[in-house]
Amino acid sequence: MEQHAHRTETAASGAPMLSVRGLTRRFGGLTAVDAIDLDLAKGELVSIIGPNGAGKTTLFNLVTGHDRPDAGEVRLEGRDITGLSPETLAGQGIARTFQLGRVFGNLSVMDNVLIGAHTRLRAVKPAVPVIGPLLELGLALLRPASVKAEEERLREEVKTILARFGERLLPRIDQPAYSLSYANRRRVEIARALALKPRLLLLDEPTAGMNPTETAEMQALVAELKAQGLTILLIEHKLEMVMRLSDRVMVMDEGKKIAEGAGEDVRNDPKVIEAYLGHGLARSEEQETAA
Amino acid sequence: MSSWLDYTINGLIVGNVYALVAVGLALIFGVSRLINFAQGSIYLVGAYIGWVAVVQLHTPLPLTIIVVALAAALVGLIIERFGLRPLQNSARIAPLLATIGISFVLDQIVMLTFSPNPRALPSQLPDVRFQVGNGTIGPLDLLIAGVGLTSALLLFVFLRYSKLGWAVRATAQDRDAAMQMGVDVNRVNQAVFGIAAALGGVSGMLVGMYYNQIDTAMSLQATLKGVVAEVVGGAGNVPGAVVGSLLLGLVESYGVAVFGTSYRNLFAFLLLVLVLVLRPNGLFASARQAPPEPLTGTFIAPSRPVRIPRWALLIAVGGFAILPLFPVSFYVLQTLINAWLLGMLALSLTLVAGTIGQVSLGHAALLAIGAYTSALLSSSFSVPVGLAVIAGGLMSAALGTTLISPSFRLRGHYVSIATLAIGEIVSLVILNWESVTRGPIGISGIPPLSLFGYDLISASSVYWFSFAVMVVLALLQGRLLNSHLGRSFRAIRDDDIAARAYGLSLNRYKSLAFIFGGFAAGVSGAIAAHLYSYINHETFNTQQSILALTVVILGGLGNVVGAVVGSVALVGLPEVFRIAAEYRILIYGIVLLLLVRFRPQGLLGTI
Repeated sequence: MEQHAHRTETAASGAPMLSVRGLTRRFGGLTAVDAIDLDLAKGELVSIIGPNGAGKTTLFNLVTGHDRPDAGEVRLEGRDITGLSPETLAGQGIARTFQLGRVFGNLSVMDNVLIGAHTRLRAVKPAVPVIGPLLELGLALLRPASVKAEEERLREEVKTILARFGERLLPRIDQPAYSLSYANRRRVEIARALALKPRLLLLDEPTAGMNPTETAEMQALVAELKAQGLTILLIEHKLEMVMRLSDRVMVMDEGKKIAEGAGEDVRNDPKVIEAYLGHGLARSEEQETAA
Repeated sequence: MSSWLDYTINGLIVGNVYALVAVGLALIFGVSRLINFAQGSIYLVGAYIGWVAVVQLHTPLPLTIIVVALAAALVGLIIERFGLRPLQNSARIAPLLATIGISFVLDQIVMLTFSPNPRALPSQLPDVRFQVGNGTIGPLDLLIAGVGLTSALLLFVFLRYSKLGWAVRATAQDRDAAMQMGVDVNRVNQAVFGIAAALGGVSGMLVGMYYNQIDTAMSLQATLKGVVAEVVGGAGNVPGAVVGSLLLGLVESYGVAVFGTSYRNLFAFLLLVLVLVLRPNGLFASARQAPPEPLTGTFIAPSRPVRIPRWALLIAVGGFAILPLFPVSFYVLQTLINAWLLGMLALSLTLVAGTIGQVSLGHAALLAIGAYTSALLSSSFSVPVGLAVIAGGLMSAALGTTLISPSFRLRGHYVSIATLAIGEIVSLVILNWESVTRGPIGISGIPPLSLFGYDLISASSVYWFSFAVMVVLALLQGRLLNSHLGRSFRAIRDDDIAARAYGLSLNRYKSLAFIFGGFAAGVSGAIAAHLYSYINHETFNTQQSILALTVVILGGLGNVVGAVVGSVALVGLPEVFRIAAEYRILIYGIVLLLLVRFRPQGLLGTI
């Protein structure tokens, strides 16, 4: 196990948005994530690629608190966030989407995205210790003007977020999420993540199951988010999209980082080609992106 | 005076019996990720078939065992084929509710066939005791140990060396992979339910012979004990279930030795809650396992609620409000008062089980806490009844939420087990804490309902009071559902992992749901106590929990109007059709099963 104790530059201003050191997660005999180092500067978009089972989603789970690492550390703008709970990390501005899509099926599109803004509720969730939850219950029932105003403001904001998806979601704002198409559910997930006003956004295969038109739309949206200065960590299989969007690309195979760098360099790295070919994925993948 | 060796032998024998139930539960959980709440009912069926064979057919012992095993296996196959297989592609809540419904239907059928009175199930073995050290052991002890060991051996050989056994193990490891490799998963399920039921049935018969008594209350106890043993050993872990059972048997036996018989179950349930809190994957699970695969599909069936226009609701509320002004019979008012009291409980359960997805099977405990608090405050401390009722609600909210909080990190079936166990713990504490609760004698002479010094004696005043309280609770709950808490609760129900990723703390919001729901249930129990004027530890029992659950499913999970409509329907319709009381629970069970199968979203739809 490598130690990186010497790299503890925690100057708040100079620290990268996300800094991962020696992150490791073992499942029984399998090391799903093996001593991964990764830095994301503010405003950077880094993509993680690699064959299925390379440990990309496990890495996401470790960064977002859904799973705890066996070794290593995760820092957000210099602060150690290793092993914190997902709900705490959401409060610190980390938002994520899920590989298989996790919308709240019985909630309307509006409510799904409002949940994304949950960590930003202030009026209805006073930060009072011990009796805070009871106050929240009371305020939810009484609904004083401040609570109503906050709710109204967030609802307007949700409409603005949904407008970014053109006419895909706005006309369906009151429909339950289970009734949406697959692609629309993925959009709802991203809208929900944006409602958190994240400092760091983790997108796990945002275009999985989308057709070329929908993929192009999603690519344009991610490019727009990047242009606005959002720091993004992206898992994606569609290499063309990865090449266009990424400042850097990290390649994982069997839990290890096997390459990192600019898109074109990584693409021609023999180790990367071998990892894909070795798992019998490269050809179909490239055909898909060439199409 | 029995020796420690006797208690040890007794513990191991009882543990052996639990093992027969728990191994079946573990097998079923392994292949279908389902905790079969009907396992105890099969055990009950086994005991009564044993009684028929021994007492009426006079079969010799080996034949008795075979008859019981075959008949119980048949029941298991029927449950699998008609109760569970049609639900394979349903929401995850469906099979959970189905096994609960099946268990009630089976128990009631046995009760109606054989009457609820206990019967003697004579042992067919000679009544001698052999001296072993300073303890004794009888032939029946040896038989139970023998049956336990033989079953374990047969099961091992089956799983290890038969082709179907391989298929069972393959399905348990990875159901989808097994299906793709051509394993007939339906046959695997059949085999597993058949084996589990045969073991459960034989176990029931042996217990009947061991205590020389069988009665219909055995079922729930067996389910609980089997589940405790299985969870202690690690759900789905067959050897773990055996060890967990023996451990449970010993804990109980030593507990009885030290504290007395009435504490037996308390130890079992405390062990369960302890294991669920400290090691939810069982004692033998490795400390950290792979995180569960993302669950696709939601816990409850997706549906759109039926929108009821506001004017229709106003007319309905107005109509029921002026009903006592018309010449209606006392009987009608009495029936509706019962419906309003059940309505408050259903409001509470529909919030907890429907809105936030914690299917509580111990909800009657909240009634009991509210009832005892209000009854004791008003009769022992002369607190005005109106205030005592509110105190009952608050106590139920506070104590209920505290008791249930260890289960907040659990999901699905485990919540149901934990709430069932906590419900039993409450009832056992009420029974045993005599200095406060007056124990088995109960509390009598509870003052009638009163408001601002005026006693509410007449049927119409009680009707108005309970109706008004229910309407206020319903309005508050509707307001809650429209707030950010409503959507937060529903988000946690639909996908707790995604909810946590967006900052929703499960402890915080499950607590708030139980606080709100606990208050409504506590008020219902408190009002009931003042109406009945006498309560004891059995006044609020599991049947009420199941009735409330049926109401909630009937009305639509999370649906406030549905909870009230369901209560009126389930209290009123049996009265309209003059259904005898003993058939009602059977009918509730059948209604629950039919709803789960054909209209999982209930009458008015899930919210």
